[in-house]
Formats: sequence, C-alpha cells, structure tokens
Amino acid sequence: MNSSRERVLARVRRALADVPREERPRDHRVERGYLRAHGERTVEETTALLAENLADYRAVVHRTRASGLPDLIARLLERHGSRSVLVPPGLPAPWTAACHATRVDDLAASTPHELDAVDSVVTGCAVAIAETGTLVLDGGPGQGRRRITLVPDHHICVVRVPEQVVDSVPLALERLDPTRPLTWISGPSATSDIELDRVEGVHGPRTLEVVLVEADPAGATDENP
Amino acid sequence: MSGTYLGMPAFPRAARDAVRDTTLRGNLRHATHTIRDKRARAVAELADWQELRAAGKAIKDRTLRHLDHYLVRLEEAVTAAGGTVHWAADAAEANAIVTYLVKATGESEVVKVKSMATQEIGLNEALEAEGIRAYETDLAELIVQLGEDRPSHILVPAIHRNRAEIRDIFDQEMGRWGRPAPEGLSDSPAELAEAARLHLREKFLRAKVGISGANFMVAETGTLVVVESEGNGRMCLTLPETLISVVGIEKVVPTWQDLEVFLQLLPRSSTAERMNPYTSTWTGTTDSDGPQNFHLVLLDNGRTDTLADEVGRQALRCIRCSACLNVCPVYERAGGHAYGSVYPGPIGAILSPQLRGTASEIDASLPYASSLCGACYEVCPVAIDIPEVLVHLRERVVQGGEVTRNGVKVTLRPAKGHAAERAAMRAARWALDHPGALRAGQRLASRTRRLHPKRLPGPGRAWTDTRTLPEVPEESFRDWWQRTRGGDR
Ligand code: SF4
Repeated sequence: MNSSRERVLARVRRALADVPREERPRDHRVERGYLRAHGERTVEETTALLAENLADYRAVVHRTRASGLPDLIARLLERHGSRSVLVPPGLPAPWTAACHATRVDDLAASTPHELDAVDSVVTGCAVAIAETGTLVLDGGPGQGRRRITLVPDHHICVVRVPEQVVDSVPLALERLDPTRPLTWISGPSATSDIELDRVEGVHGPRTLEVVLVEADPAGATDENP
Repeated sequence: MSGTYLGMPAFPRAARDAVRDTTLRGNLRHATHTIRDKRARAVAELADWQELRAAGKAIKDRTLRHLDHYLVRLEEAVTAAGGTVHWAADAAEANAIVTYLVKATGESEVVKVKSMATQEIGLNEALEAEGIRAYETDLAELIVQLGEDRPSHILVPAIHRNRAEIRDIFDQEMGRWGRPAPEGLSDSPAELAEAARLHLREKFLRAKVGISGANFMVAETGTLVVVESEGNGRMCLTLPETLISVVGIEKVVPTWQDLEVFLQLLPRSSTAERMNPYTSTWTGTTDSDGPQNFHLVLLDNGRTDTLADEVGRQALRCIRCSACLNVCPVYERAGGHAYGSVYPGPIGAILSPQLRGTASEIDASLPYASSLCGACYEVCPVAIDIPEVLVHLRERVVQGGEVTRNGVKVTLRPAKGHAAERAAMRAARWALDHPGALRAGQRLASRTRRLHPKRLPGPGRAWTDTRTLPEVPEESFRDWWQRTRGGDR
C-alpha cells in the first residue's frame, strides 16, 4: 500500500501550495490563553469538588481514613451481594483483607467469559480530576488490565487524597504517561440514545463506587499495615 | 463516498417529506432543544471557553497547514509503538485494506464502535459482500442497524426514533442477528438498554476483531483517543485480539498537551457533560493488555481535496461534536436524513459537497440547506465559519470555477438555473471577503429586506414551502451580541 502513502502525502503537499515554504509548524501561533485550572482551591475544596462532581454523574462516593478502608471495601462488596471480586496484581493486600468474597486474580490468560462471571472489581487509580469528576486508570500495579474495570458490573475505585487528585484536565494530562493505555472514567457507563433519557450501564459497570481515602492522622497507631 | 446514500432525493424533496413527518419533527425538536440548553449550561461553567475555542481553532489550523509533517510523525510514532499504519486514498482502498486485514485473522465477524469514517466509506456493506458480518455496538447504531435505517444525527444517530419504534425494532429484529429480545419487552428506556446489553455482550465476549474510528490521533506520541459513554468502545478496543482503526487524516493533533484543549471542548460541546463517561487512549500495543495487533488505516477520501480549498479547508477542523446540528433551524425541521450523507446538519452541508464534489443534485443543493443565520458558527467549538463556507460553495455551484477532485485540479461549469441567485451571492461573497464590512453588510441586509425572496432557493425551498421565510432581523446577530454581551468584554 506504499503507493497510496506517497499519493496521499503528495496530494496534501499540493493542497497546501498557499502555505509559505519557509513556514514551520511552530510559526503558526497557538495562543494558550486558557486557564490551567478553573479557580483557586484548598486541598479540601478540591477533594469536595471531586466528590460532588463524581456524585453528580451518579457515582457513589465514600470517604474514609486508611485504617477504615478494609472494612469499608468489605461492606461495599457485601451490600452489593458480591460473591467474587477481581483483584489486580499490585493492589495493596490490606485493601481486600477483610472481604468474604472469593478473590479472583487478574491474569493475562483469563478469558472475557471468565471475567463476565465475576461480580465486582477493586482497583486504585493514577489520577482523579476534580473539575470533571473523572478517574484515570493507567494500568499501574493497583489497576490491572483495561478490561477488568469494564466487564464486571460493579467497580470500586480507591483514590488516595490528596496525592492523586488534581484540579483540571490540563493538570491531569501533565501527570499521565501517553505510552501507557489510559482509561478515563466519569461516572458509570451511560446512554442517552433513547429519547435522551439517561440510562446507566449499557455495557460497562452499572455501579461505580469511589472511595476517597486519606492517610491516618500522624501519631495514630498503624493497625492496618 | 459510499453507495450507502446514493439514490437519495436531493435536499429539497427529502426535506419536504421530512417536514411533513410530524413524529420525526417532534422527536427532533425535543432532542435538539434539550441538548442545546444543557450544552449552554456546561459551556458557561468554563470562564475561559473563548480562549479554549481560539486555541482549538489554532491547533487545528497549525496541523492542517502542516498536515504532511504531522502524518509522517504520527506514522513513525505508531509504528515505533508496535502498530502498523496503512494509507487509503479513497473509500475503495480503505475497504480493501480492512477486508484483507480481517480475512487474515480467519474471522468472519467483527464488532464495531461507532465511527463516522467507516460509515462514510460504506465499510459494513463492503465487508458483507466478502462474507464478513460487522456488528454495530453503540446502542443508537444498533437501533439503526437492526432497523435497516440510516443515522440522522452525529451524536445520537437514532434520534429520529421514539421508544415505541425502538421496542418494535428490537422485538422483531434482534433474533435474526443473535440473542433475541426478552419476552414481553416494554418500551421503557431501561428495559431497552438492558435488552441491548444482553444482545451485545454475547458478541463482545467472543469477538476476535474490533473496528473503530478515533476522535484524535497524537502525532508526537502515536496515541489514539476514543471518547464515548456506554463502554461499547472500551469493549471493542480492549477485548479483541486485533484492532483496526479507520481514521480520517484530519483527526491528527500535534502534541499530547493539545488534548487538554480538545478534551475540554468536545464533551461539553457534544453531550453537554463535564466529561463523557469513558475516554480511552492507546499507543500501539501493550503486552498482555488489550489487542496484540493494531492497524491504523489513514483515510483521505476527499479530505485532501477539501484541504486544497483555502476557504473550505476549515471544515477539516471539525471535531464532530454535533453542536451545530442542535442549533440549526433547517436541521431541526428537515432532519438528518435529508442531507443524504453521514454528515448531517450545517457541518454536513459544507463537508459532504467538499468530500464528494458538487456533481450530484444532492451535493449541489447542500450549500443551500441553510438560512445563514450564523448560529452554527457561534456554537462551534473550533470556530468553523460555516456560513462563510456555505456562501463560498454556493458561489462555486452557481459560478463554477477551479476545484481539486481526487487530487487533480478541474474546472467546474456553472450549474444551470441559478442565474437569479448569482448577483446576491456575489454581494454576500464581497461582504465575507471584507471582514470589516461584515457588520455593515449585515445591516445592509436588514435594510434591503424587501428585496429578499419570500422563498429560499435550493433545498431551503422545502423549508419555506411550509412556512413564511423569517424576516431578516432588524438587528444583525453580531449587533445584538455587541449590544447585549460584547459590551463587557
Ligand atoms: S462544525 Fe463545529 S459545531 Fe459542527 S460538529 Fe463540527 S466541531 Fe461541532
């Protein structure tokens, strides 16, 4: 198909006969007069905005200290009636230490049908964006392959605040590595294709629960390593 | 473009039929007004919207002015990341490449995420002819596919269907394509979505080949971006072993950082959300995560011809947000099908005649599918001056002139029967060529109201047949804007 490559590129060059030969891409100015973030916020305000925007898009938001995380996750799984839970490699072991649900490891060899049989999945994230209520997963150790947060019907995502929270889309992109596959999640799967009525969960998880977890106050005894 | 839309009646007749269809008009009116109002609120949340819009325009212009440079960089980056890049000068080539790639996998079915590029080239039909079944997985696209219908809106392709119609389509057709609709299916959106979930899941879980488009391609890194709501995109992009993405060459942006502009402009402009539920980015292939074979098919199919037109080139900035459809009074009444193309509404009226040329009746009529009210320009997140291009294309239809077709310069002959419009078009052209005079020109239009026709020419005729042509307003939009909002800038 090499000839088509040359043909298309030659057409592009002919089509651009009006562009001065000496013009370099950078010579065509792009003014970036837009904001890096929309407003100045304290850490607590940013976290609150994240929680508010997540909830606005129908994610269920929970807040806890690190020491309360294992119990909270166990409760959430129980309440959802989950008998099995997918766990990416590298998810901190304590997070699911209190769960009764059977743990299923994220393996390269598992088939989509096997994933479909699992009730819930627990992951961390790479970055969360307050202004848009978005979680970004980048396949890091606590997050696993892209498909595990897609096929099961219930996703619990843990966000470490404040370290993993940024205000805006520009600040998030700065932190992310484009060579990794990224999944941006803003609320559960949804469609508005039928008379614009919003319905959750056509294909992705119908329930998205987000746990904002803060470190325990300094000096507190470390009961959960 | 494909044969999908050949045999379409030209805009006037199609629009006249659509205008008589009261169900369609009711559905469309409800939809466009709902999205329009929500969008205005989402945009108002960002104080720097105009700066983002200016940056979006400038980034796209930079890319288009140096498209060869960025395409070559993109190719290098995708290849380095483990993908394979193919180039297709036209629809037939693109279809041949995809067919070949699918056959090489030994599969006879593929799952597809909604893609306008593949609709444009008629890929599903081309695959079907080779014995390969393509399943559309976006809910609206599924409705369209099962109903043997055509999409009528960029964002919500089945917007012309109401819930009772959708129920009937699912009930009657799902069984022929796979898992049948559940017994006693009602027309509640939740039940209909559940039926689609079950029907499609069976296909996702066994699919070996996925086909997608992309919203953006980053030249610097070789990253592709797909923006969606349902998760069907993520299914198609991550479960199959082979992924084939067919993307128009104009979708490239220079750098990773540039996404910060478009990922703010697109969701708010299209679905009126701060961010759409899912965005996926991928760069070539990743070990044991997602498809292990990735093919990118770069599609020309009339885009370089469009690029060759210095006025019309700006249509290639389009990020397919569909905001211009929702504010267009002609679209609202005529519906998407009347445009006879996968690109309906104002953007379709300038893009289709450029991609396909103006030889056919429908394409020659499209530049007239507008009242030139300017709402589409005001709303466009990349500031495409659609009215300017419309007038330019009308002039081309009326006066003929030099254009590029399939990479070759040809001289068009003037269309017959448009002589009366010629003078008016020249006047409009003059005004648009002299930006400083535009304001004055619009006032002039106001003052010469009694000289304006009672019926619009071309496709607008069908519209004016069923209503009186609105008076040219006393005050032009720009004047009004200056007076009401512009003052505090
Ligand atoms: S022309 Fe502008 S408003 Fe219309 S779909 Fe394209 S980007 Fe959106």
